[in-house]
Amino acid sequence: MSDITKQSLSELVKNIKDKKLSSEEVTRAFIDRSEKSKELNTYITEDYSSALNKAKKFDQKPNLELKLPGIPMAVKDLFCTKDIRTTAGSKILGNFVPTYESTVTQNIWNEGAILLGKLNCDEFAMGSSNETSFFGNVQNPIDKNLVPGGSSGGSASAVAGQLTPITIGTDTGGSIRQPASFTGTVGLKPTYGSCSRYGIVAFASSLDQAGPMAQNVKDCALLQEVISTYDSKDSTSIDFKRNNYSKELTNNIKGKKVGIPKEYRVDGMPKEIDELWQKGIQYVKDCGAEIFDISLPHTSYALPTYYIVAPAEASSNLARYDGVKYGFRAKGENLIDMYEKTRSEGFGAEVQRRIMIGTYVLSSGYYDAYYLKAQKVRKLIKNDFDEAYKKVDAILTPSTPSSAFKIGEKKDDPVSMYLNDIFTVPVNLAGLPGISIPAGHDANGYPLGLQIIGKAFDEQNILNIAYAMEEKINFKNKITDWWIK
Amino acid sequence: MTIDLKTIKHISKLSRISLDEEKAKKLAGDLNSIFEFIEKLNELKTDNVEPLTSVAETTLKLRSDKVKSKDIREQIIKNSPQDNQDYFVVPKVIE
Repeated sequence: MSDITKQSLSELVKNIKDKKLSSEEVTRAFIDRSEKSKELNTYITEDYSSALNKAKKFDQKPNLELKLPGIPMAVKDLFCTKDIRTTAGSKILGNFVPTYESTVTQNIWNEGAILLGKLNCDEFAMGSSNETSFFGNVQNPIDKNLVPGGSSGGSASAVAGQLTPITIGTDTGGSIRQPASFTGTVGLKPTYGSCSRYGIVAFASSLDQAGPMAQNVKDCALLQEVISTYDSKDSTSIDFKRNNYSKELTNNIKGKKVGIPKEYRVDGMPKEIDELWQKGIQYVKDCGAEIFDISLPHTSYALPTYYIVAPAEASSNLARYDGVKYGFRAKGENLIDMYEKTRSEGFGAEVQRRIMIGTYVLSSGYYDAYYLKAQKVRKLIKNDFDEAYKKVDAILTPSTPSSAFKIGEKKDDPVSMYLNDIFTVPVNLAGLPGISIPAGHDANGYPLGLQIIGKAFDEQNILNIAYAMEEKINFKNKITDWWIK
Repeated sequence: MTIDLKTIKHISKLSRISLDEEKAKKLAGDLNSIFEFIEKLNELKTDNVEPLTSVAETTLKLRSDKVKSKDIREQIIKNSPQDNQDYFVVPKVIE
């Protein structure tokens, strides 16, 4: 089979279970394609030879009852992997080798999957274009010199470019859904507390969530089923009854109530995004769901709130990088000088910017005016959703205000970069699940995504709506393999 | 409100990130445009709003305090930029 890497995760699982493909064949195919795809710069660390050994070992005694039997998979380099370097895209963790495994990746290996390597991302997941990574830009497989989005840019690029059948990312303000939208892939940000944060390099602890990034909704549901578990090692992990998301997946969404928030029709939104949204509304109707106009009045305050809460938590989380116990250390004249030089040389510009914002809003005399104020507005934003969910079961919006932009286009303008997350950030602030699915193309042929937001713990419902819409949309990603010589 | 260079230098000290003059100036510009955007929150009256501290409305679960990782000292020390095999080493702090 020459077209192994073109198969979806579900097809690969079936072919391995039916013994039509071996884990070794599949693993070798993805390694070969990854080797030819270095120009995309998706990998920070490759673990190919070890992956091949694991695949051979799997084939000797295959356990075909597992959900991901012998499936090779690369993961975002924000997940700690035991004995494999984990950098978070930062110089400061450039040589860090974890002594333990994150719960989410452990769940994946427990179901038979095999690590291919660690994927590029914005430094400490702070960015919307993958341009803040210490390990360089990632190319979008859609077109040369196009950003793949961020922060899970390497993950999105690797799935769209068929370098891994599926992957995981993390989403603090849109870092799964925005790159999924930019690369024509499916990305789910689960409910806060659904997937354990244990062993994920922390950015903003009250917002961070891991989630699947896939070629289609069914694959996405399968991986969500594997990674979402209660974990006593994460004090914010929530013990609720989780569905068998892939088994219970249905395209029957008749009678479901879907809300359309008027505040998401923002000033200056390109016509093609609005048209895409209207098309999406029609698809939902065609599937037998009902459409309701709703209001989320505090939407425009979500980004300013996020840019207080997230940096505040980041400045606190990143205080641990002091050049003492692990990571990069710069030479200093004394201890304080060593700390200051280590952090100045070890962190990139965007990370320093956010640490400074966070430190400022938490500093004496400013806490009430900024941090406390933001927490209050966060409550209002959550109340908006609570109110809306009295009337509807889910909410449909665009995923991003534009398609992917060129590398370098927004690099020097932080506020314009932050505006990318205008539709995704409110979902994190309210702790809700959201999924982005590819829904069309812009005039350049670049993919555009639609987002379905659900009630807390209602992943099944948004997966079902996404599944029903996917069938109607019949999206085809335009991957030309331009980077393969 | 504008953030001046003096404030930037103060925050840089609190953040333990050293800045040269050029970097400080660039950061002052960036932070001012970001805070201009953040000031929008002042449009809202929030006197009677309870701050949201966690979206996960659960009480913390208790678990027994058992040691689960053993004999990993060597592995942990191996990640340090400077050590003497038993301890992390830092620049001298006491004269």
